[in-house]
Amino acid sequence: MPTNLSARLCTLVLSLVLIAFALPAFAGPFEDAVAKFANDDYSDTEEAIGAVASSGNKLAFPIINALQDGRLMADPDSKKVYVTGTDGKSIDAATGEAVASVPDSASAVRLNNRLRRSVDAALGSLTLQSPDLGARLQAAQSVFKSHEETALDPVESALAKETNRSAKTALGEARAAILLFKSDATEVQKLEAVATIKARGDQEALALLSDIGTDQPASVAKAATSAIGSIQNSLAVWSTVQNAWYGLSLGSVLLLAAIGLAITFGVMGVINMAHGEMVMIGAYTTFVVQEVIRTRYPALFDYSLLIAVPLAFLVAGAIGVLIERSIIRFLYGRPLETLLATWGLSLVLQQAVRTMFGPTNREVGNPSWMSGAFDLGQITITYNRLWILVFTLAVFMILLAMLRYTALGLEMRAVTQNRRMAASMGIATSRVDALTFGLGSGIAGIAGVALSQIDNVSPNLGQSYIIDSFMVVVFGGVGNLWGTLVGAFTLGISNKFLEPVAGAVLGKIAILVLIILFIQKRPRGLFALKGRAVEA
Amino acid sequence: MTPHMLTRSLDRGAAIFLAIVAACGILIPLSNLLLPAGSFLQVPTYLVALWGKYVCYAILALSIDLIWGYCGILSLGHGAFFALGGYAMGMYLMRQIGTRGVYGNPILPDFMVFLNWQKLPWYWHGFDMFWFAALMVLFVPGLLAFCFGWLAFRSRVTGVYLSIITQAMTYALLLAFFRNDFGFGGNNGLTDFKDILGFNVQAEGTRAALFALSCLALIFSFLICRSVVSSKLGKVLIAIRDAESRSRFLGYRVESYKLFVFTLSACMAGVAGALYVPQVGIINPSEFAPGNSIEAVIWVAVGGRGTLVGAALGAIVVNYAKTFFTSGVLAPYWLFMLGALFILVTLLLPKGIVGTFNAWREASRERRPAAASAAAEDGVTEPKMAE
Amino acid sequence: MNVMDTRVTSAMLYLDGVHVSFDGFHAINNLSLTLEPGEMRAIIGPNGAGKTTMMDIITGKTRPDEGTVLFDGVTDLTRLDETRIAELGIGRKFQKPTVFESQTVQDNLLLALNVDHSVRGTLFWRGSKAESERIDKVLETIRLTDARNRLAGSLSHGQKQWLEIGMLLAQDPKLLLVDEPVAGMTDVETHLTAELLKEINKTHTVMVVEHDMTFVRELGVKVTCLHEGAVLAEGTIDQVSSNERVIEVYLGR
Repeated sequence: MPTNLSARLCTLVLSLVLIAFALPAFAGPFEDAVAKFANDDYSDTEEAIGAVASSGNKLAFPIINALQDGRLMADPDSKKVYVTGTDGKSIDAATGEAVASVPDSASAVRLNNRLRRSVDAALGSLTLQSPDLGARLQAAQSVFKSHEETALDPVESALAKETNRSAKTALGEARAAILLFKSDATEVQKLEAVATIKARGDQEALALLSDIGTDQPASVAKAATSAIGSIQNSLAVWSTVQNAWYGLSLGSVLLLAAIGLAITFGVMGVINMAHGEMVMIGAYTTFVVQEVIRTRYPALFDYSLLIAVPLAFLVAGAIGVLIERSIIRFLYGRPLETLLATWGLSLVLQQAVRTMFGPTNREVGNPSWMSGAFDLGQITITYNRLWILVFTLAVFMILLAMLRYTALGLEMRAVTQNRRMAASMGIATSRVDALTFGLGSGIAGIAGVALSQIDNVSPNLGQSYIIDSFMVVVFGGVGNLWGTLVGAFTLGISNKFLEPVAGAVLGKIAILVLIILFIQKRPRGLFALKGRAVEA
Repeated sequence: MTPHMLTRSLDRGAAIFLAIVAACGILIPLSNLLLPAGSFLQVPTYLVALWGKYVCYAILALSIDLIWGYCGILSLGHGAFFALGGYAMGMYLMRQIGTRGVYGNPILPDFMVFLNWQKLPWYWHGFDMFWFAALMVLFVPGLLAFCFGWLAFRSRVTGVYLSIITQAMTYALLLAFFRNDFGFGGNNGLTDFKDILGFNVQAEGTRAALFALSCLALIFSFLICRSVVSSKLGKVLIAIRDAESRSRFLGYRVESYKLFVFTLSACMAGVAGALYVPQVGIINPSEFAPGNSIEAVIWVAVGGRGTLVGAALGAIVVNYAKTFFTSGVLAPYWLFMLGALFILVTLLLPKGIVGTFNAWREASRERRPAAASAAAEDGVTEPKMAE
Repeated sequence: MNVMDTRVTSAMLYLDGVHVSFDGFHAINNLSLTLEPGEMRAIIGPNGAGKTTMMDIITGKTRPDEGTVLFDGVTDLTRLDETRIAELGIGRKFQKPTVFESQTVQDNLLLALNVDHSVRGTLFWRGSKAESERIDKVLETIRLTDARNRLAGSLSHGQKQWLEIGMLLAQDPKLLLVDEPVAGMTDVETHLTAELLKEINKTHTVMVVEHDMTFVRELGVKVTCLHEGAVLAEGTIDQVSSNERVIEVYLGR
């Protein structure tokens, strides 16, 4: 410990001196400092890091960066130090001049764990005032983690100049972390530091507070303990929120996959085992649209999904109408036969896609507005999941409105409630059947567009959704769109809350078993219609 | 069951079927063992194993026909009972490997040694004894079917709802058996079997014997199904299939009937699976895949449901076609054909091969006026699936 | 327990204050009705009056929200399921003739016979002389002796109606619920059916739901008119058909 402490003090003194005097004009001290890297001595290297980092020299960043990556080469014979670029070209670290080659006697400057922390801290302070906000935040973060005392001055000077709010917070937290570990900081400073870190409230704050050691004043230790407790509590809340978000996200995927089925199975009573394949066709439509855009109009890539949605609806919808006219209409009133025939159809469609597009996964890209993520409190929300949730709800609302307010919706409801009566009122029931089935299939196609953003686009895409979709519809109650909505989100959320407890696979099995048991209790789902008409 | 019940009302079709199965069960093994290899009439060993597989599938198809054809219960999870029977047999065969495994552990199968397990899980105990494993082949699928059916039939889950939850059942089992910590070998399943009752499973003699046994099991299953459907209970089953609530109002406890026949059917499927595993040499979780169960249903549909003979015939025909097409240049088109088979049979041949043949024969008989009253044949015409 | 300690009523069937609603629609609304042993009662009323729902309640298909339904004065039917109620001796003929179409006429009657209905009983069943004699007798009564080996699905509509009545006879219940027995029958068939029901009534209690007023008149029994799930009027056919309210809601002016 004493040597470590004295080394640190040395570095501190040295860096203070250097900050005061070091200017590019004084070439001597910088070159001397660089030369120390060649001594192959850990304490010399540490001094060199401090000196270089605080030199203000434009080579400081490349040198420390290279040191971190093991690209800083030192020749113990000539005491020359070289930076080897990632491109293989090298420069003299002291002068910045390019060199033809690094001598064979040179080897990478060695680091130990303590030095690695110094390097991190040095890099942090070097980029604390970078013009790039991202770099500044990252630098502040790295100082926060390393809490090297040497970084205190750079942090404070950066803090004074910083105007961006989030960067200011980050720097404040970094300063607090340093002060908390600084042995000569006052008790007041340390208490403030604990408060600041507590406000940050994430896993790293927790790690930092748990690590403060025993040589702290009693009041600080106590504050830290209480802060740990409150951070743990808030993290527990956030993890619940996180699970809820994952659950909503899974629920939206389930809803999207099941919503078309809610039409064909729920409204028409047709068991369409090829429903998943309609989803797959939608996903492949997206793939084709993106291929065309990539080769012909690359500028339109961000709009690819907007183009794919109506196309997928039309393609899947048209195939749906074709299926209804050629197969399903002959099987009305024979649900088990419909089930078998549509299963056969799903095999044919899968194999057709496999023949046309190959059996492997196809690459479907995310447009820029669907990539990336943002932080909300302690959780990270990815844009694609968010957009899918929004999209799903939009599709649901549009469908609901369509059923309620359009002529087709009215006819659909009439036909499903009383086919004979509807026919005698002049509704072309067979046309309505075809269109209803087409609508359900088209929506499955749209679902495929969205699912292509988060799942592998392969001929088996649909199969992975079919059982889940049926579960959602049956659980929610057949013939009731709201039931499907509630069913999807209930299953999604309960699945995600079970996962941390039981693991992903067991969680899924548990859900399946629960649904099987649930159907025994309520054979017609959550929102079942009652009365004589239902049993007819 | 009395001999009277087993032979009651065996019509000509059934008698011919049994005679053919018995003949195959005797002649094929004999030809394989006694004739010199390469001789024109000698059945090569690989074919004996392949046909043995078909016979097992035929038993599975019979079990599905019993519940679907006669009681209207479309199970899309019968592959699960088949696989459970297979796993029970597989566990026995694993225990028989003993020290001949890669790791040479006398108790633990290789995969458990590989997973660093120290002792045998409780549910693996007893499987070193053949009689116990044989009992489990019946008991495990039977118990699952009983529990599942008890819940489902009592709360009157019928029609497609039942089909969907049976599918969910086999899917849940598929996921479970894929897990290593479930203790059934994870996705590799159970394989590398050495011997059964002391005979080498690879040996020609064993294979021939297994084939003969499978044929015997098929004959027995057929006779059991036959005696069930030709008893008064069979008439009740058909009554339930055609008008479930009417049967209730006549005072029949529908759920008990369904439970009885569902459990019986699951046990038969289990036996089929148990005979299948030693002949194929492996059992893995993919047997639980929902697609397998649905494929088995189409065998029954192709042959003609509610005819028993048709179910067995359908299983053999479709599987023969599958082997034929998937081994040649037509392999990429097999799924097209299978898919088309599903569609065409349901649309154009709803009675299946045997059902259509029976209907045709009956129609031509009715043209001869005298015999008109014989329409009471065991036969079932046009099963109506709607509730 | 569903059996009362003492007999509450002498009636064969006793309904009191029964309510059923489906999603807010009151199908049965404070319905009270008694049927004495040996009585035959005709139930009339417009569509949606709750006639079929009432039969569903009596046979255990629908559970009432509240009210008492007693059979034979001792048994609370609201707690039993269809099978148990059928075993107690209540038989039902449906509005739409429901016979086992893919089985022969003879087998339909065999299935209806009130013998052992357990799984074991049917699995090991062997026909007896007494059983086949009873079937022969029923076949004769419903005039289907010649069609005994035909499939029930191949019968005419009227024959199916009779087969279903025949199944009730084979079942030999204490109480028969008969829903629209003459719908779709010719006049001759209607007349024969009325005769048949009167014959049956000599040994059984019967409740008949029917729209055909000629037929109801021919039965010549006490009539109950239902409306909106409750009893609107009760009495002889002449009393009921001259009732102002009945004319207004059902018969029309």
